[in-house]
Amino acid sequence: MKPLLDVSNLSKTYGAVRACDRISFSLYPGQILGIIGESGSGKSTLLSAIARQIPADSGKVTYHSPKNGTGEPLDIFSISESERRQLMRNEWGFVRQHARDGLRMKVTAGANIGERLMDTGHRHYGNIRTEAKRWLEQVEIPTNRMDDLPGTFSGGMQQRLQLARVLVTQPRLVLMDEPTGGLDVSVQARLLDLMRQLVRSLNLSVILVTHDIGVIRLLAHRLLVMNCGEVVEQGLTDQVLDDPHHSYTQSLISATLVP
Amino acid sequence: MVYPVLLTFTVEPMSYVSVKGGEKAIQNAEALLKARRRGDRTLPELSLTQIKQQMSLAVDRVMCEGSLYDLDLAALAIKQSWGDLVEAIFLLRAYRTTLPRFYYSQPIDTNAMSIQRRISSIFKDIPGGQMLGPTFDYIHRLLDFKLAAEDNRPTFPTEESSSTEIPRALDALGQEGLIQSEPPSSTPLSSALLPSDANSAHDPFDLTRQPLNVPASRDARLQNLTRADEGFLLSLAYSSQRGYGNSHPFAGEIRVGEVEVAICPEELGFEVCIGEIAVTEVQMVNQFKGSKQLAPQFTRGYGLTFGYNERKAMAMAIVDRSLRAKEFGEEIKGPAQQEEFVLSHSDSVEAQGFVQHLKLPHYIDFQAELNLVRKMREEYEANETASQETGSQQVGVSNGGISHDSKVA
Amino acid sequence: MTAKLPNTTTPDAAISVEPGFNFAYLDEQTKRSIRRSLLKAVAIPGHQIPFSSREMPMSYGWGTGGIQVTASVIGADDTLKVIDQGADDTTNAVNIRRFFKKVCGIKTTEETTEATVIQTRHRVPETPLREGQTMVYQVPIPEPLRWIEPSEIETRKMHSLSEYGAMHVKLYEDITRFGHIATAYDYPVMVNDRYMMRPSPIPRFDNPKLNMSPALQLFGAGREKRLYAVPPYTTVKSLDFEDHPFSVEQWDKPCEFCGSTESYLDEVVTDNEGGRLWICSDTDYCNRRQAQMKPVGEK
Repeated sequence: MKPLLDVSNLSKTYGAVRACDRISFSLYPGQILGIIGESGSGKSTLLSAIARQIPADSGKVTYHSPKNGTGEPLDIFSISESERRQLMRNEWGFVRQHARDGLRMKVTAGANIGERLMDTGHRHYGNIRTEAKRWLEQVEIPTNRMDDLPGTFSGGMQQRLQLARVLVTQPRLVLMDEPTGGLDVSVQARLLDLMRQLVRSLNLSVILVTHDIGVIRLLAHRLLVMNCGEVVEQGLTDQVLDDPHHSYTQSLISATLVP
Repeated sequence: MVYPVLLTFTVEPMSYVSVKGGEKAIQNAEALLKARRRGDRTLPELSLTQIKQQMSLAVDRVMCEGSLYDLDLAALAIKQSWGDLVEAIFLLRAYRTTLPRFYYSQPIDTNAMSIQRRISSIFKDIPGGQMLGPTFDYIHRLLDFKLAAEDNRPTFPTEESSSTEIPRALDALGQEGLIQSEPPSSTPLSSALLPSDANSAHDPFDLTRQPLNVPASRDARLQNLTRADEGFLLSLAYSSQRGYGNSHPFAGEIRVGEVEVAICPEELGFEVCIGEIAVTEVQMVNQFKGSKQLAPQFTRGYGLTFGYNERKAMAMAIVDRSLRAKEFGEEIKGPAQQEEFVLSHSDSVEAQGFVQHLKLPHYIDFQAELNLVRKMREEYEANETASQETGSQQVGVSNGGISHDSKVA
Repeated sequence: MTAKLPNTTTPDAAISVEPGFNFAYLDEQTKRSIRRSLLKAVAIPGHQIPFSSREMPMSYGWGTGGIQVTASVIGADDTLKVIDQGADDTTNAVNIRRFFKKVCGIKTTEETTEATVIQTRHRVPETPLREGQTMVYQVPIPEPLRWIEPSEIETRKMHSLSEYGAMHVKLYEDITRFGHIATAYDYPVMVNDRYMMRPSPIPRFDNPKLNMSPALQLFGAGREKRLYAVPPYTTVKSLDFEDHPFSVEQWDKPCEFCGSTESYLDEVVTDNEGGRLWICSDTDYCNRRQAQMKPVGEK
């Protein structure tokens, strides 16, 4: 099976600090890859660099099977800004840690979901609304909230709205940066459950960054453990978590509060 | 005598004579303005010389923001605008548009300034000393009622000869390599820091000939700031000092005096001095902790104005440095650091035009809004009565209703 | 202080009426530079072109963009009409017409059919335009995406990438909130199926007149320093949804003077008891209709 995404020797430095040090991995279709590490490990930087929202210092990111059907892999760092923005709108999605960064807070939930449709040329108000309703149902937001502003939603609902906004164009790859951060435990559990279902039903590939082992254990098939900009361990989630080799991984796991 | 300055219409039964007399009204308004501006004929008329000498700072401000160095024209503009300096600045700018352009001058050399005032706050003592010049700084702000009379004859104090050299205060820092050097525009800093200039390396950007593009090059930014409204810059500088961005600035050097203006015409091949102008130059010094590309050092904010315009030049220098936040990788926290915001709103001529244009007739657009509000009101009231009748709350709006506008009552 | 006389005149210009000024006030170099920008604008319909706007004797915000465009294209044998709110006699229109008379000495007119150049604020004449005429619109804010995105850098990107989804979001929100699109004037349009443009604060009633017009349409924003153009016979389509098509205002009363049921009507307050009159905003159109209505022989 061919990988969907290849990251090769990606590095990014801030001043004297190496935020990402020659990171390499492959992501396969339908797979959730977790990147775990504590704050400052470089995992968020890695995600932003992959999406080319910040410039990497070196390395390569190759995206296979774009929807344009040419079969040609895309070198993310060398495509034009126009192509990149198209990609981010159609095939990739980015779910941010704070919903405020990923949503338009001043327009209604329905408009937030419908925007990507309107971006891609949809011009029937009724149909757009129907689609938006459908996605609200998919992410378990009551459809009578469609005309409300995101500011009136709870934190968990805002994250689910972000999901809907990103999934409406049926992307292949979703990047998530601490999607459950700041939510309380039961809300988290519900969101994670939903994400697991959607990944399966939509055959998504996901790169998920988090500091929370519980999230990784629940969602990720494979994981990378990052410490000080380096990948110190990687493998299948269950294997790594049940039998960690690297001392840092061990300390991470033992530091987790067991409910 | 009653000047007809009103636009009137009459309404008679079955007929209506639409608004006329616009041209006449405008002419009479102008005549009224001129008469009021002159005021009581028995009082002596203001002379340009009086304005130039006794309102010198007003003249300096008008020249600076008007972007035209001519004391007589600035004085005339102030007289014509009845004392309104923003209006005077506008007059000068409009006049400037009509002037033919001959040359770009050579850069002025403020090192060779014939100095009236020079101070530095960063050193207790500097070669050349601290020359106070004619400043308001240490004077107690007590209204001086003697000035109400018209026979004041103050005497000039004896001047100390300043034959000693007055080198740059910041040279001391420069010798240690502690202050960022400012290369001339033909050798730009690394392109990672500055946007490349569209022009050739020889001709500077000319804000009076080219529209501003953001991100702006240094020359475009400084030109914009030097003609910017003083109040706007002052408030921005103030905001940056109060914590909306910026590290603490220090007044490295303030110089006020005359400099020569020289041109180098191609036909001659050598420089010719065409006159002298008074300028105020301020260099503010800020700390910079270093980045990937630059070592820790002091950085500069630069202010330059026509005439004696110290407060403006200081504000300009603070805002100049503030706008370089991106260049130094600093976090953008306040409006004074936001280039587009500052440079788009700094011009008083633009600002006063747009704010005051609201006085123009807008009744067509208002009519359109009126129609819309009436219509939406009808719908709102229809909804209210409907929901009262059915006894249930109706939330939300009609979806996919008729889009063709209904009639306006 | 010595008066400085500018050193150029156009070769085929009539002698300007006010001494000391070049024909149409601006110097030839400035006019040429503005015309170059206009040519670019005509080549890319609806796209905003930056230009080096000059300070004029009128304030920014009072039509300097339109004035500079007119000054750059007008010639000695042109006939100029200037309207504001549809009328020739409003103070601003009078002022601008006076200005051009002073600095050009050209013929001016109040009749749309006689004019070769028409400068307007906030209305398009009711009388259909013909080939060879040039409309010059005064524009306060040229950028249609300004409401969503205050940054010029970002809106430039959005235009170059045709990222106009956000504008439809606004229309969607209007329909959600009010049941229909709530923009009454300066209604955004797509020009030549490529660029989104603001037609200036004309009521949406006038938008259809821009589509496939035989006239050349030029737009000038002096303070914002942008020009744009719609060449003759270019498509100009007002934004809408398939199931919420664009619509224009209607009145249920005719004009009190000429009886027209097809023109844009001004509402005039006649007394303190709420008395109202509706009359054509386009004074030339109304006057001509009234003249036609009078029986033959009567003045």
